[in-house]
Amino acid sequence: MSFGVRLEIWGERACFTRPEMKVERVSYDVITPSAARGILEAIHWKPAIRWHIDRIHVLNPIRFESIRRNEVGGKLSPASVAKAMKAGSTAGLATYVDEDRQQRAATVLRDVHYLIEAHFQLTGRAGPDDSVGKHLDIFNRRARKGQCFHAPCLGVREFPASFELLEEGALPPEPAAGVELDKDLGWMLHDIDFADGMTPHFFRACMKKGVIEVPPWQAVEVKA
Amino acid sequence: MTAIAHRYEFVYLFDVTNGNPNGDPDAGNLPRLDPETNCGLVTDVALKRKIRNFVTLDKDGSTGYAIYMQEKAVLNNQHKRAYDALEIKPEDKKLPKDEAKAREITAWMCANFFDVRTFGAVMTTGVNAGQVRGPVQLAFATSVEPVLPLEISITRMAVTTEKEAEAQSGDNRTMGRKHILPYGLYRAHGFVSAKLAERTGFSDDDLQLLWRALINMFEHDRSAARGEMAARKLIVFEHDNAMGNAPAHVLFDTVKVTRAKQEDDGPARSFADYRVKVDAEMLPQGVSVREYL
Repeated sequence: MSFGVRLEIWGERACFTRPEMKVERVSYDVITPSAARGILEAIHWKPAIRWHIDRIHVLNPIRFESIRRNEVGGKLSPASVAKAMKAGSTAGLATYVDEDRQQRAATVLRDVHYLIEAHFQLTGRAGPDDSVGKHLDIFNRRARKGQCFHAPCLGVREFPASFELLEEGALPPEPAAGVELDKDLGWMLHDIDFADGMTPHFFRACMKKGVIEVPPWQAVEVKA
Repeated sequence: MTAIAHRYEFVYLFDVTNGNPNGDPDAGNLPRLDPETNCGLVTDVALKRKIRNFVTLDKDGSTGYAIYMQEKAVLNNQHKRAYDALEIKPEDKKLPKDEAKAREITAWMCANFFDVRTFGAVMTTGVNAGQVRGPVQLAFATSVEPVLPLEISITRMAVTTEKEAEAQSGDNRTMGRKHILPYGLYRAHGFVSAKLAERTGFSDDDLQLLWRALINMFEHDRSAARGEMAARKLIVFEHDNAMGNAPAHVLFDTVKVTRAKQEDDGPARSFADYRVKVDAEMLPQGVSVREYL
């Protein structure tokens, strides 16, 4: 892995929602490769590159907490926006929260801490100016300084992620006491194939010595 | 409108005296508690609701400051009329195939609605362009120290139904409950991304309005349940660079909230029991700090 990066991320809460339990959200036990990719993209991304997650180190024990909130159920339709644009007025174009109330519980993770190992590949949209070194430098510079395009989050935006670059050659941090080092986490979302009608891909996540090996996107063990 | 050119983070301190800052629907409207630490919680959405309500009051629906997520209380009842006039077609659930048209719709929403421009909104299913990701993000607010929820029983000198009156043979009294915290100082962290602001047109004026909302919003949110709530400090970090000059957590760590008297370990009952210190010397290069309150 010549142009890999290692990023330490942590936060007070996290919710990596299981797709089968989205109404009353229940988080996966650990961060998904898809969410980890989102964090890297929050720091640096261009259409010329695509991030691939190689490994996820779980550094804190897996613990859950439940939170119930008032949410809304509906979404705005573009037709109503188009009508309002034509009418030149925002009157009536609103969601009335009281009429569309849903109370939903979320089972979220507490005090998470991960180390993500990842690399990127140039895509078909890479121009003549795009070189691996350039994008790697940009990412490392930004991550080192705490710069980001937008604040990265742990699954949902209300749970911000703190991050720090783990410099090349530095030893990865030791898992905290109480981390269950070997665990079968079952089938987990790998990522969503946006090129193919947003098909979700899954893989069998196994934690061995606190590390989850993420198979490459094209691997046979990744199932759509 | 030109978008803001700097990244910001902010620390927002507010307190509650004899009130319930944010009820937990899972716990019979008791104030939200972190079960591990007994510290109080206020969700991000609770704070955003108050910001929206303040902007509605302040701007009174003037052009560019409409609020998409409305509470019934602030509705000016044009809803029904406009709804009929617009004749929304139910089958039109997806964003227009034409990408330019989809962009136009999103841009119009951003230009007209303050909350879409600031916090973003999900419009329609399907195509990604229908989602606006706003530049402003808030995290859960946590109390600085563990809080103590009290259950206060109250009586009412009336009953709701005839049947109840008969059962009490005319005594006509009912009892209710109020949950309060005698005192709690809460700390919230917020983020403003200049790069996302570029996409929604979140401007410097909007930013000033956001600060004003944070400072004043509790003044317009009085109710029997809330008790006395007040914004106490708004500490804003401005990065020179649009991408930022330092990690957010490093900046947040420079703001320390401690007890005014170190040896005092009795329960805090007012803001005077706390001391807020911003360690300006610890600030990384390229970041300036400003206290708005």
